[in-house]
Amino acid sequence: MIQVITLIVAVVLIGFISWWFFGKHEQAEVQAEMKDGAMQKVEVVVDGGYTPNTVVLKQGVPGEVVFERKDPSSCLEKVVFSDLGINQTLPQGEKSAIKIDTSKAGEFDYACGMNMFHGKVIVK
Amino acid sequence: MMSYEKRFWLALVLSLPMLFAMIGMAFGWIMPGYNWIAFVATTLIMAFTALPFWQSAWAAFKHHNANMDTLVALGTAVAYFYSIFAMFTGRAVYFESAAFITVFVLLGQVFEERMRNNASSAVEKLLDLQAKDANVIRGGQVVKVPLAQIKVGDLIRVKPGEKIAVDGQITEGESLVDESMVTGESMPVEKKVGDKVIGSTLNSNGAFVFKADKVGDDTLLAQIVELVKKAQTSHAPIQKMTDKIANYFVPIVVILAILTYTVWYVFLGATMIQALLYAIAVIVIACPCALGLATPTALMVGTGRSAKMGVLIKNGEVLEEVEQLKTIVFDKTGTITAGKPVVTDILGHDQKLVLQVAASLEETSEHPLALAILKQAKETQVTTKPVKDFKALRGMGVTAEFDGQTAFIGNDRFLTDVTLSTQQQEMFTQLQNEGKTVVLVGLAQQVIGMIAIQDAPKATSKQAISLLKQQGLKPVMLTGDNKRAAQAIAKEVGIDEVIAEVLPQEKADYIKQVQQRDGKTGFVGDGINDAPALSTADVGIAMGAGSDIAIEAGGIVLVHNDLLGVVKALELSKKTFDRIKLNLFWAFIYNIVGLPIAAGLFVGIGLTLSPELAGLAMAFSSISVVGSSLLLNKAKISVA
Repeated sequence: MIQVITLIVAVVLIGFISWWFFGKHEQAEVQAEMKDGAMQKVEVVVDGGYTPNTVVLKQGVPGEVVFERKDPSSCLEKVVFSDLGINQTLPQGEKSAIKIDTSKAGEFDYACGMNMFHGKVIVK
Repeated sequence: MMSYEKRFWLALVLSLPMLFAMIGMAFGWIMPGYNWIAFVATTLIMAFTALPFWQSAWAAFKHHNANMDTLVALGTAVAYFYSIFAMFTGRAVYFESAAFITVFVLLGQVFEERMRNNASSAVEKLLDLQAKDANVIRGGQVVKVPLAQIKVGDLIRVKPGEKIAVDGQITEGESLVDESMVTGESMPVEKKVGDKVIGSTLNSNGAFVFKADKVGDDTLLAQIVELVKKAQTSHAPIQKMTDKIANYFVPIVVILAILTYTVWYVFLGATMIQALLYAIAVIVIACPCALGLATPTALMVGTGRSAKMGVLIKNGEVLEEVEQLKTIVFDKTGTITAGKPVVTDILGHDQKLVLQVAASLEETSEHPLALAILKQAKETQVTTKPVKDFKALRGMGVTAEFDGQTAFIGNDRFLTDVTLSTQQQEMFTQLQNEGKTVVLVGLAQQVIGMIAIQDAPKATSKQAISLLKQQGLKPVMLTGDNKRAAQAIAKEVGIDEVIAEVLPQEKADYIKQVQQRDGKTGFVGDGINDAPALSTADVGIAMGAGSDIAIEAGGIVLVHNDLLGVVKALELSKKTFDRIKLNLFWAFIYNIVGLPIAAGLFVGIGLTLSPELAGLAMAFSSISVVGSSLLLNKAKISVA
């Protein structure tokens, strides 16, 4: 009897894990806000991933993405924009601003130092 | 929040009682009240050292993410909470599994963190080379000015033993400068008025003044740092597969663990605890980190070390291209040769007189051939004499009165007035066949000798070509020069194939032809007009950090103007790429072999892993990957 229950629980768990991790879970994009009329800023919380996952900057306006790292994991201690040559350490519990070159439109993917967590900055 | 190191030591100390108990058990001694001691110690370990893993695992879970912390958290939590349940229902406890997994994982993290810091410090070290301030002459006075405030056009005084602050050109004085930190060239370089100096290099014996022409982000060092940074964060195409795997890795391992448990417990009739231990071992041994670290750490160490040797590799893609290179095309002038003509032969009965006449007549000229003659005269300490009635004859040369006699120097158009002896005629033809420019020197209506001038190969070119041949690469020379001169140089340095008389704008087309014939082709060049060829080639190697455009177009940039740099660059690229492959291989093999063992597949031959050992294996696997990348710093390079 207990074997049958175990089997059912296992199947349900596997189903849940597949749905939770592999299913599509879209997140809304967040537009950067203008600060002092001269530059735009958007905050990203680093805690088990990047929230919001996708941020949008306006082209041609100096832009900053501010990362606030709450997560203690060393997996998330760095943020790497491979197209932009940025590899910055994010001290835990602090806000680190990263300047993004907004002169060209495009999508810039970023990831943690080990490429396990991903986020995106869109310039348009 | 405690550092990994503190967490490790705390976990270690707290787990000591359990270690004693285990040793005691081996000698048949059972620690009194073991369950309670283990419960208290493990609870402390979980609360203070494992909790951060649980926190980030939970945070990641909420975002539909899973990472290494997920695995560590699951492994320790399952072992811990099962043990509490077991303790109160009178079953055997496994607190030590939870405790030791934590200790080993933290140990791994401590080492990994240290080594990763080592791997990424190369760029920061480069920036440390910068001088903090400089002695700037302002309003006739020498003032100490911080680096950031130096402006283009500032005159800067450099004393012996001082660092040169920014890039510029010497206006006064001379010295030897140690440029090894930027160019990788180990010998100090002689610098005199008019020569360029590079910021962050070290002045040795003399004192001089130079005019700043590049400051801040424009200096060579700043550009190198920028380039290396980009290279270190770049992705090698080989990584794409591991990136894909990384996304699915952790959830799949968790599913595998559930399957392990179910199969053992439901189908193979194992006890609940036995099945649980297998499942925990599966979770703990899986190491996505080793896969994730394999490429970036090697890339970081490889490009960092190359930069120190004056070889700037732009990105990970270049590494893969280098691996497949079949042919390397070299630009001739300035790449194989020095780009400056020098006197190679002086012929005549009185060679000293030949040179003296030539130098005296050319003394005021700026023509490259004249400069070569004057340099030769200076080097052999031949003094010039003043001349009278100087006349420049268009397309021929010059005549003047030397020591009361009419002297001339120029090309064979003078031969309408004078004639060569048979012997002289033979020599003239032979020198021309060697690809040299020959000037005739005459005195009193007679040719007294001739001087051969050539843009000679650099001292190291021949060695570099032969090393490249040894590596199985086919060298080809591409030049705008005439066939004869090109063939002569090619023969001298050991290149068999020459494409001569190519117009600058045609270079890229010829590269395409070679690519179609031979496959992957590299191109080594320096000038601005080489940029199209540099980007057409599969691997463009820009020499001498010459022009900004060449740096943009090249996949590899050599700071030092020396062909041996090409050998170094190719070797370093190959070593780095090989290391990436090796790392990936071990990271895969580790998981492919480790997971089945942990799942108990080989129990039939007595091969199993306890959860603690699985934790140790995991810690070791990511340490070994980072360590293997660091070994790149020690890899042998044939030309150092």
